[in-house]
Amino acid sequence: MIMCRRATELMSQRLDRPLRWPERLSLRFHLSMCGACYQCNRQFELLHRSGEGFDPDRKVRDPASTQ
Amino acid sequence: MPTTPDPAADDSPHHEKTQDRMRRLSAVRPRLLSFARLHLRNHATAEDAVQDALEAAIEKSDSFSGHSSYETWVFGILKHKILDIMRTQKRLGQWQPLEDENDDDAIDRQFQQSGQWQREARPVSWGEPEAVFENERFWQVFDACMIVLPDTLARVFSLRELMGLSTEQICQELAIKESNCWVILHRARLRLRSCIEQGWLTGDAI
Repeated sequence: MIMCRRATELMSQRLDRPLRWPERLSLRFHLSMCGACYQCNRQFELLHRSGEGFDPDRKVRDPASTQ
Repeated sequence: MPTTPDPAADDSPHHEKTQDRMRRLSAVRPRLLSFARLHLRNHATAEDAVQDALEAAIEKSDSFSGHSSYETWVFGILKHKILDIMRTQKRLGQWQPLEDENDDDAIDRQFQQSGQWQREARPVSWGEPEAVFENERFWQVFDACMIVLPDTLARVFSLRELMGLSTEQICQELAIKESNCWVILHRARLRLRSCIEQGWLTGDAI
């Protein structure tokens, strides 16, 4: 059974490399039990998409406000 | 009295296209600048990079194929400029990616000895991703949190998540081990999420 800190390592690495199946399994199990890690995982996934904020074809980011 | 030709009166299709592109370049410039600033972490260097990219876009205007939007094409030019500048900075020893494997205090503070979250550090919901992305305040907090992130963490995070390079490409660029890259990204993400959560949900000034 992995702890939250280790779970955050796996959820981070999952965005950069394919996890091995034991890693995948223990992460999935942990996420099903831990609400805080479930939220953390969603936040990492959101940060992983933060490049979309600069996509010129998506007007999600108002450049005037980031001067 | 001799009349000089008024450039504004030139309504040839070529001239119109140039005018349109100039307008689009100046419209996309602020976004290019904030993108460059997050990577280069210095306003003057970012200004130079954007200026170079805009000049290159005007010079090479004919080579724009139209497969992507014009703005996306200009962004592509800027990405190359940023990577060039980072390579030069690294060659000149102006910045050195940290290789230290030491514990990171800011992250240690988020967890108990046992590896569980500290009670006050437990992540909470930010709401629906689409709504988050459309919230101006989110991007302000995001930028502010990127600025306070330590140099190496911020640069590696930007290369991975904003530039979209793979960790393999980042290792090659920065001459660090891929495993080190994963450690850096994990720290960057944990720090960013914590900073954003504090700054955004509580509305505290960061």
